[in-house]
Amino acid sequence: MKVKQLLNLKEIRKEFPVLRTKVHEKKLIYLDNAATTQKPNQVISSITDFYTKYNSNVHRGIHKLSEMATLQFELAHKTVSKFINADFEEIIFTSGTTESLNLLANSLGSELNSNDEVVLTIMEHHSNLIPWQQMSKKIGFKLKFIGITSDGKLDMNQAKSLITKNTKIVSVVHVSNAIGTINPIKELIDLAHNAGAIIIIDAAQSVPHMTIDVKKLDCDFLVFSGHKMLGPTGIGVLYGKRTLLENMQPFLYGGNMIREVKLETSTWADLPEKFEAGTPNISGAIGLAAAINYLTRIGMNSIESYEKELLNYASEQLSTIKGITIYGPKDERSCVLSFNVEGIHPHDISTLLDREGVAVRGGHHCTMPLMKVLDLTGTVRASFYFYNTFEEVDGLVKAIIKAKQVFGYDS
Amino acid sequence: MIHKFKDIVLIEEDEIYKENVLDHYKNPRNFGSLKDYTFKSKEFNSSCGDEIEIFIKFKHSKIIESKFIGRGCAISQASASMLTDILRGKTLDQVKSIHKKDILELLGIQVGIVRMNCALLPLKSLHNGVNRYEK
Repeated sequence: MKVKQLLNLKEIRKEFPVLRTKVHEKKLIYLDNAATTQKPNQVISSITDFYTKYNSNVHRGIHKLSEMATLQFELAHKTVSKFINADFEEIIFTSGTTESLNLLANSLGSELNSNDEVVLTIMEHHSNLIPWQQMSKKIGFKLKFIGITSDGKLDMNQAKSLITKNTKIVSVVHVSNAIGTINPIKELIDLAHNAGAIIIIDAAQSVPHMTIDVKKLDCDFLVFSGHKMLGPTGIGVLYGKRTLLENMQPFLYGGNMIREVKLETSTWADLPEKFEAGTPNISGAIGLAAAINYLTRIGMNSIESYEKELLNYASEQLSTIKGITIYGPKDERSCVLSFNVEGIHPHDISTLLDREGVAVRGGHHCTMPLMKVLDLTGTVRASFYFYNTFEEVDGLVKAIIKAKQVFGYDS
Repeated sequence: MIHKFKDIVLIEEDEIYKENVLDHYKNPRNFGSLKDYTFKSKEFNSSCGDEIEIFIKFKHSKIIESKFIGRGCAISQASASMLTDILRGKTLDQVKSIHKKDILELLGIQVGIVRMNCALLPLKSLHNGVNRYEK
């Protein structure tokens, strides 16, 4: 198969120490990448280098180590901004997507009034629902939710009727972490802008898998996490258009984010420091930059093409299993396969797959409202990354068949 | 590239899905609700959406009937089936002295940290019911 040659899997997999781990004496087949991805040596050593060679705080110390750390930290900002085609000042480091969304809900939400509306979708991760829900209780603005069609896509007709002149903010997930749907964000961005609303894209599940160009998209804000794209946990990104960020109130207050402090009043530092209070996650930022350099070297286009073929193959192979239901759209789906096997609870499948070395996630995937709409308590989720192989998909299929046999069902 | 999966060998005894557990899951004992219960109690496992509601009927300070309804994984459902099976004839104090180790003995399997909540959900439901009833 030609597409397999897009990436040199053998060489790539050598760089990921965890992929050589054995689980229950079986070869690990890691298919929980939507939860978090594994880390290549390049990322691990960038963090080790920081802590063993130049660990120090940034921006403050006038000494060699601080200078080195500051330089690497600034470089990390640059690497991220280049990766999504943003300007340096427009990249804020946060602890992850959750903090980025909380920052936006607090900072933007507190400017709204009770006649305003915020439009979300029913497929949001809890992290893009609860911050708005709680701000809405406090401020009184209304929440509206775009539903889904029977094939698991966003109901764009409903989107058109819900996004009106009363809409001040639209905050939508790019790729569903639960069922893999790729939402038509360009269309949503245009809808929001035509209504005069600000639009936020939760790109936690898309930035790791496809080329994202914030200028081309013209989105106002875009947020993602480092650990879902080979980087360490505890580092994430908030992209925002400069003019919008400049006019927003800070979210966290403290050191680094100030210009001048008096006992009664303070003024804020320039971007991006205005939103980066306290000592930042320096090693996290350096690790994320190393991850981006690694991804860029392999090429996001190659990654996207390879993963598409891998997902198609997985979808085909899983469909051959009797009693399996796969959720989400057949087309417009990213690296997530969410499914159930008749008569077996998702947690039981997950446990039995684990016994075969196959790591998946079972449950509601932090999307309880979506599960309710689909009338499910949960699903089994196999989520892929570019280091997964076609043979691992076969391993998944074998393990599901074996799980069915344990429960006494025919394959 | 066509693969066949017919030649899979089943391991004789899987540590977690023993026949006993699967039997209780597929053919749960005491499944259903009671109308004339002394108390009932419902518990959820928010991480997986499992739910168990237990119905208890007392006569002369002893349990004469116990039933449950709910949905969830094999571990939580088998645990509820087995637990409701041993309650007949027990006093409130005896019910209170049922502990985690008793449930694990009933199940007869190794339960890891992640699945422990599933195994203990029925007992939690029962004990919370007892606590509320005593108040």
